[in-house]
Formats: sequence, C-alpha cells, structure tokens
Amino acid sequence: MQYVLLIYGSERTWNDLSEAEKGQEFAEYMTFGKAITDSGAMRGGDALEPVNTAKSVRVRDGKITVTDGPFAETKEQLGGYYLVEAKNIDEAVSLGAKIPGARTGVVEVRPVIVFPSA
Amino acid sequence: MSTPVEAVALAHQTDWGRIVATLIRLVGDFDLAEECAQESFAVALERWPLDGVPAQPRAWLVSTARHKAIDRIRHRKLERTHAEREGLLEIRSAELELHALADDRLRLLFTCCHPVLAPQAQIALTLRTLGGLTTEEIARAFLASVPTLQQRIVRAKALLAERAVPYEVPEGSELPERLPSVLTTLYLMFNEGHSASSGQALLRVDVCEEAISLARALHRELPDQAGPVGLLGLLLLTHARRDARLDAQGELVTLDRQDRSLWDRAAADEGRALVKRALGMAPLTRFALQGAIGAVHADAASADETDWRQIAALYSVHMRVAPSPIVALNACVAFALAHDVYEGLSRLEALSSQLADYAPFHAAHGELLERTGQIEGAASAYRRAAELAGTDPERRHLRRRAKQVRSPRNS
Repeated sequence: MQYVLLIYGSERTWNDLSEAEKGQEFAEYMTFGKAITDSGAMRGGDALEPVNTAKSVRVRDGKITVTDGPFAETKEQLGGYYLVEAKNIDEAVSLGAKIPGARTGVVEVRPVIVFPSA
Repeated sequence: MSTPVEAVALAHQTDWGRIVATLIRLVGDFDLAEECAQESFAVALERWPLDGVPAQPRAWLVSTARHKAIDRIRHRKLERTHAEREGLLEIRSAELELHALADDRLRLLFTCCHPVLAPQAQIALTLRTLGGLTTEEIARAFLASVPTLQQRIVRAKALLAERAVPYEVPEGSELPERLPSVLTTLYLMFNEGHSASSGQALLRVDVCEEAISLARALHRELPDQAGPVGLLGLLLLTHARRDARLDAQGELVTLDRQDRSLWDRAAADEGRALVKRALGMAPLTRFALQGAIGAVHADAASADETDWRQIAALYSVHMRVAPSPIVALNACVAFALAHDVYEGLSRLEALSSQLADYAPFHAAHGELLERTGQIEGAASAYRRAAELAGTDPERRHLRRRAKQVRSPRNS
C-alpha cells in the first residue's frame, strides 16, 4: 500500500539553525532517501522551495483569486514529502519517524487511494 | 637544469609556508620565524652559486634559519625556555625533514584561523605566512592601505601571543567549531590566486597551488571530515579551468566561452570523485555543493550542453543550507537559464539593493537583459559592472560586452 509522508516544519526554526546544523540535517535526508530507495519502499518525493515562493489560488463563483503564500499564517509549513510503499500504516509511520523533520516538526502519514487501472 | 638563483626562487615559491610553519613551531614566535626564514633565503642566494644547490634545499633552508634563530635567542632570555622545550638547540637537521613538515603548515593554518582573530585578520595572516604574499599584494586584495594591512597583521600576531594560542591542530570536540573558518580561509586564499581582487593580473597559479596543497594536507590529516573533501574537490574542479581563463592576449574568457579542450581533465576527474564522496557525507557543506556545480559544468562538453536544471537545483539546496545574496544571484541566473529567463530576470532585479556595488551582479543583469532583448539596459549594466570591476582584464572584458551588445552578435 502507498502512503504519503508530508513533512511539516517551522521555516523560522530552520533559518535559525547554524550552517553546520543545516548541512547535517540535509545529509540525514540524503541518508534516509538512500535507505528507502535501497529497501524498495521509495516511490517518489521532493523537497519544496520555501513558502515565500508559494501562491494560493481559489476560484469562487468563477472568479480566480491568487494570493502569495499558503492559506493562513501557520506555525509550520509544508517543506517536502515522500511517497512510499509499506505493508500497513504502522510500517509507514515507522518510516516517517526516521525522517529528520519528525524531530523538530511533524510528519503527517496518509494512505493514498489507489484507483485500480481500467 | 636551473641555475642556483632559480633554485632559490623556486624554493621560495614552493616552500616558504612550510619553512615558516616549522620555524614557528621551533621558535614560538611569528616575527622571529619570518625574519630568520628571510635571512636563510638571503644566505642561500650567496652560498648556492658558490657551493652548489643542496640535495635537500628545504632542509638546508630550515637548518640555516634555525641557526639564525639560535643566535638571536641566545641573546634573548625569554625565548630560551620555549626553544629548550621544543628541543630547538638539540634537534638535528635530518630530523627536520622527517618531522612531517606538512603538519607544521596545518598547525600554522589552524593558528592563523583561531577564533580570537576576526575573519579579516585570519585571511590576512594566512596569505602572509602561508601564501607568501607581500603586504602590498594583500592590501591590494582587500582594497585597503598598506599601513592598515600592516597593522592588522601586527595586531593579529600580538593577539595570538597575548592569548598564548597553542600552535596545534585541534582535536576532538574542538575540531568541528574550528574547521569552518579554516575551510573558508583556504577558499579565500585559492580565490585570491584564481581571480585576484585587484590589479593587472588575474591569475596567480602559485597561490592556487599552495591552497590546493594545504587542502590536500588537511584532507589527509582529517580523512573522516566532510568539509575538507568537498573543499579539495571544489578547488580542483575550479583549478582545472585555469588554462582556459585567459586567451593568448591575456584577456578574460568567461566560462561559457572557454575552450574546454584546455581544461585539466585529470584535475577535474579527481575533483568530481571527491565531490561525489562529499555529497554522501555529513554535514553537507557549501563547498560540496559548489563543487557539485563545478562538476556539472565539467561534465558538459560544451557550454550549450550544460545541465542548468541540475545547477538550479543545487543552488536551491545551497540557498537552504548557506544562503547569501551572492548565492541568490547565482541561483537567479541558473534559474533563468534552466527554466524561465523572464522570471529569473525578475528575481535577479529583486536583489539590486543588496548587490548594488557588486560587479558580477551588474554583469549578470546585463546578460539576462541581453537575453530578453533589452539592449540599452544590457549595455548600461555591463558599463556599470566595468566601473565596479577590480581587475583590468575584467574591466576590459565588460567594456567589450557593452560594445558588442549593440552590434549584431556572431554565433
């Protein structure tokens, strides 16, 4: 079964880290990525550019509104995600716990609805 | 077969830093070490034409300098205790050669980069003692006056003596905090040789090679540290391009127009392998990232084949790990060439207040304005860059770009 691991963290906290700490965390992401690739669990994933590059688009009554940034001033922002193959949610959760971002932020684990191909 | 005088000059070029570093260890005093080193070269100029070039020039020079130091110390009671502790008076010439002189350069490097000194003092002292640059050359590099630089170096040495900073390579828990300034200083030293900050010449190969030699020694000494691996990789990849940077007339050739057949493939290959290793080590450093960008350039057979998307992604990571206005500038250019030149131009222009006095900003601005067909703006930007450029070759290059942008471009 497939699960999305959504990584939420505070960009402010990240910016306050030293260069060595940031470099250390990046290195740990690379280790994690390699580990789930080697185990066969990796199905995809990306790091995202910071929220100041984001735009939010809404369409109401046919009217398109585009604003800068995400929906509301949240304490934590989406920083990246992984798509993984796991036996069940417990296994997906244990993968999520290995993500460096889980130590300072939160990793949301969501089962993916996979539509059978026709 | 070189003449004795040439041999002295060669020894000065390759061994100055090593000799000074060892003498500092033996005599415990920067100024005394430098003076005695200088005197030993003066004696070499007298003796080698008469006696022939010694079999081991470096050992001869250290030994001669040591004798000079002993003479001086005999008259100075204070230094005597240190000298005795270091066994200065007993150590035999043969032992000096075996005593791994590379270690002494690393001791000197870490000492010059001690946190008690401000970064400006760290690089000035390193360029002077390890790089062998004259005070005048260092002053030009920093666009400072010679007296200012002299003061800076004098105060730095005094501060090190005052705080009794130990002459050693730090170990254990101290090392991670001490390493970044060493790496940054070595990078600045290489940069000074690779693209001199001011003056007529752009390239000082001897300074580059000394920086690379020190980076190798650092990596050898600390094989498990990620920083030195990435730095050495970056320096090698950058140095690989040295023969293509200037044309036959001594004019600057930018990366996009270089004759890549002139690139040093062996250095690039070694650099690439080191960078690849560094990317798999913790922590990920800015040197590994910049090295990776250099490797992507080295992988392209021609400028047109450059994988700008990879470079843009690497700059995105660089901005997350080690942001700065200059990295942001490079990220904008990479984005423009990889994805959308108008968006890239817009992002670049958002940096104008931060980089108003930085020549490469205006040069990059000109490049992107040219690519979006804004000819007058591009010419103006190149001219502004030329005004701000620090070296004559760069100035001439930018003025040429300003002229060329108006005339039809030859492909």
